[in-house]
Amino acid sequence: MQINRRELIALMLGTPALLEGCALSSRLPPAGELFGQSASVGHRLRDGFRPRPSEGAWKDVSVVIVGGGAAGLSAAWRLKQGGLDDFQVLELEPAAGGTSRSGKCELTPYPWGAHYIPVPFATNTRLINLLDEMGIVESIAPDGSPVISEQYLCRESEERLFFQGSWIEGLYPTTGATEEDLAELAAFRKEVDRWTEWRDSQGRRAFTIPTRLASDDAAVRELDEISISQWLKDHGWTSSRLHWLVDYSCRDDYGLSAERTSAWAGLLYFAARQSGPGADHQPLITWPEGNGRVIQYLASLAGQRLKTNVAVSQISPADDGSAEVIWFNTQTNEVGGLRAKHVVFAAPQFMAPRLITGFSERTGRGASEFRYGSWLVANLHLKSRPREGSFPMSWDNVIHDSRSLGYVVATHQSGQDQGPTVLTWYYPYSDDEPRGVRDRLLRATWADLADVALTDLERAHPEIRQLTTRLDLFLWGHAMISPRLGFFTCNQRRQAVQPDGPIHFAHTDLSGIALFEEAFDHGCRAADEILELRT
Amino acid sequence: MNRAPLVLLYLNVLIIATCGLVYELLAGTLASYLLGDSVTQFSLVIGIYLSAMGVGAWLSGFVVDRVARCFIEVELCVALLGGLSAPLLFATFAWAGAFRLVLYFLVFAIGTLVGLELPLLMRLLKEQLDFEDLVSRVLTFDYIGALLASLMFPMFLVPHLGLIRTSLLCGLINAAVGLWGTYLLRPLLVQRGLAGLRGRACLVIGILTVAFIKADSLTMLAEERVLGDPIIHAESTMYQRIVLTRNAKGFQLYLNGHLQFNSVDEYRYHEALVHPVLAPMASPRHVLVLGGGDGLAVREILKYPTIETITLVDIDPGMTSLADRFPPLKELSQNSLRDPRVTVINEDAFVWTGTASEKKFDAAIIDFPDPGSFAIGKLYTRRFYAMLRQRLATDARISVQCTSPLVAPKSYWCIVGTMESAGFHVRPYHAPVPSFGEWGFVLASTGPIPTEMRLPPQVSASLRYLNDEIANNLFDLPPDLKRIPADINQLNNQALVHYYDQEWGSWR
Repeated sequence: MQINRRELIALMLGTPALLEGCALSSRLPPAGELFGQSASVGHRLRDGFRPRPSEGAWKDVSVVIVGGGAAGLSAAWRLKQGGLDDFQVLELEPAAGGTSRSGKCELTPYPWGAHYIPVPFATNTRLINLLDEMGIVESIAPDGSPVISEQYLCRESEERLFFQGSWIEGLYPTTGATEEDLAELAAFRKEVDRWTEWRDSQGRRAFTIPTRLASDDAAVRELDEISISQWLKDHGWTSSRLHWLVDYSCRDDYGLSAERTSAWAGLLYFAARQSGPGADHQPLITWPEGNGRVIQYLASLAGQRLKTNVAVSQISPADDGSAEVIWFNTQTNEVGGLRAKHVVFAAPQFMAPRLITGFSERTGRGASEFRYGSWLVANLHLKSRPREGSFPMSWDNVIHDSRSLGYVVATHQSGQDQGPTVLTWYYPYSDDEPRGVRDRLLRATWADLADVALTDLERAHPEIRQLTTRLDLFLWGHAMISPRLGFFTCNQRRQAVQPDGPIHFAHTDLSGIALFEEAFDHGCRAADEILELRT
Repeated sequence: MNRAPLVLLYLNVLIIATCGLVYELLAGTLASYLLGDSVTQFSLVIGIYLSAMGVGAWLSGFVVDRVARCFIEVELCVALLGGLSAPLLFATFAWAGAFRLVLYFLVFAIGTLVGLELPLLMRLLKEQLDFEDLVSRVLTFDYIGALLASLMFPMFLVPHLGLIRTSLLCGLINAAVGLWGTYLLRPLLVQRGLAGLRGRACLVIGILTVAFIKADSLTMLAEERVLGDPIIHAESTMYQRIVLTRNAKGFQLYLNGHLQFNSVDEYRYHEALVHPVLAPMASPRHVLVLGGGDGLAVREILKYPTIETITLVDIDPGMTSLADRFPPLKELSQNSLRDPRVTVINEDAFVWTGTASEKKFDAAIIDFPDPGSFAIGKLYTRRFYAMLRQRLATDARISVQCTSPLVAPKSYWCIVGTMESAGFHVRPYHAPVPSFGEWGFVLASTGPIPTEMRLPPQVSASLRYLNDEIANNLFDLPPDLKRIPADINQLNNQALVHYYDQEWGSWR
């Protein structure tokens, strides 16, 4: 069933009052495309499509990595580092990277998804090692924390908020905040500080990244049972500004509203990013193309061993402890098989029961608890900048009265402060929506969705339609694992890390949150499991 | 009436039309000077003015008798309001708020009065002419007047008189027409009150004459509040607002309201910026200038005969082309940007510097505006200086203008420290530039910098400020300019922009 444009805008932006006066002239940019994940292939597999390769189409390889996103490429990086070169990375999409993919135009590269990594703490030595290899670490401080070259740290000004008709510095809506508002903000920060300082009996932090190193103490686990918005209310905090800040943060990092995000995940966002109480959040590492830069580096290391447009249709553990992996090329329909000693399953967990033969029977595990949010990302190519009156355009630009996340500016990091630019606009489907509605949203056309993005941005930049020369969209059906209540502590998630015979699992969804660091950590861990078996 | 006054009445139409359009142009120009966004300002002013003229025309229908007298009264009103419009608007902008309100009210009032003029005058003429002749002749002169005004305004009035005197002059002409009318239309006027009418005309002329004579001090008073001096050129480019002002001693360049130079003492600034870099070098050949689109630093560089190329990178084509085509600026820079050795590149210096290139420069003169915004602050970061090093030959010398070490000591020492952190040897120095005050620079090099400064004789002959002794003294910092600790300016902290805001903010 189609949905009309006004309904769609009302559904996604949810402000009929504001849009009442709009004529919806809906002047659209002269060019643009709608991209998406290869849903048709996925649905064919879901519906039981299982090709068989001919006898001659089988090859032997030590390790097959299923999935060329951040986790799969990190596993490849770690295997190579450990001296294991005989691997293949199979990626369903035409380009590697998953939600860290990026695009480029003549002016600048730009992100299609994830776009920053907070500077890791000294404890995350693996990630520091990768960043160092990439040439962005200037030196290592005496305490082991990395000093990142300044051109890779997010340039000031980092973020601004469109609130009550003008842009202000930072993300907290300070304009018109009462003393009670500010007192609640201070109390909240103090509570975050308390969690930052908190250590369990083994000296582990309550919140750190990778989450594998964090405490599993009962005091931490019980935070998973309530929502972060409930947690705020339980502390007696009702300030709408504080609730907005927390809600924005959850939508930004998890694609979930504060009502649906667990207090564990909500607090992680704040507490895992500051080194100690009262400290500023860790500086952010970013590139014009976002995390696409890391993907390019990792993909270049994998080289010919990375195959794109290759879908895996079946993974079957064999009696001798190896595994058979059947694949087909989505462009040529060529079918082939790989006999592998080990498999790294670096695809989302919900695909495991569909692709791995006898998975549920053998392991007693399912994937029903793993739920994913959808995202719409737009890249707007502007011929010149919108006119600015108040605080100047920053890297991250957030609109307060919007369910979008605002936009990041691709040219910010390269220092191009005037003239044409590319804005990357993010919209998570973050609220509870009936399945039917979401399916209809996902079936909307380029014109409909482009209009949503432009209507949203028009609130802060009335001339945006005149300035936009091209608008591309990416609809991510399964973009991010949702850290809903109880997911972090549920058995299904905790057991999902365990290998299934020769099959090792690596994906950010195993942590319950979608972060590059988590994907990287799981990729390295899975590779380590394999490297250990070989020695 | 005989034929002579008829011609004179046509002349009246011409004058009225000319003055009327000038008032409109004045309001539009002033509004876009002071508020920016000329398209909006001109559109609004023209719209309000024309509609007000319609209101005036409609109101003329209510004048039943004593048409001639009414015409003269209107004329005197236009003279007073229109004549004083520019000074009034400047004063409002400088001292009072609600500038737009006053502007639109004035435009409406003048428009209404001007709209009254022609219908009244036509009615005065209708006794002597057929309707066809009346319409054709009056409208002819009306439109010719408009042409005259639109030509004279930009070519003669504004350049020679400035906005305020233009406004007052038109007021005087209107008042003179009014006074003259009391004689010309004498047969149509009743005796009673005639003397009073003439008296008022004289009073208006008197007021405007005094204002005209005192315009300078009036302008000074009002514009000093805004910029300091009468504006002789203003434009908004994609990057900044460029304003040139002139006073009795010289002219001044403002970018976004910040003084860049005053022609009276700019030589001090530019000599201090350029010669400490080039004088000690044996034979500087390739020099880079970043910023400095006014061409004045280039003028100083061209005094060295060994120079082969000068590359000037300035983001704003509006600035570099102004330096190239605006006579006073061209004269001051000795047409330096036209020298065949000079290449002008209009690009963001940050982006340009970051582009790899084979060409290495022997010296660089860095003349950016003060770091008042993040977009300019990036041009003073450690990263920027590190990129700049890649563009320089071994032992290259550079100088950087770095705001006032007296007003903004943290900003000044932040720049010095940042350059050191990027691996430069530095020698901080200062020069008094009366228009700016105590001003700060840094001399830096990738190699050690000799302490003795000696100017080549052929260069020092052309200098007005520096000699060997003064050049060496630039490096003696008095105790009140002593070093204080400051953070290093990085892209991700923009410490300098924050310092600069605090220090200049509290000074102003």
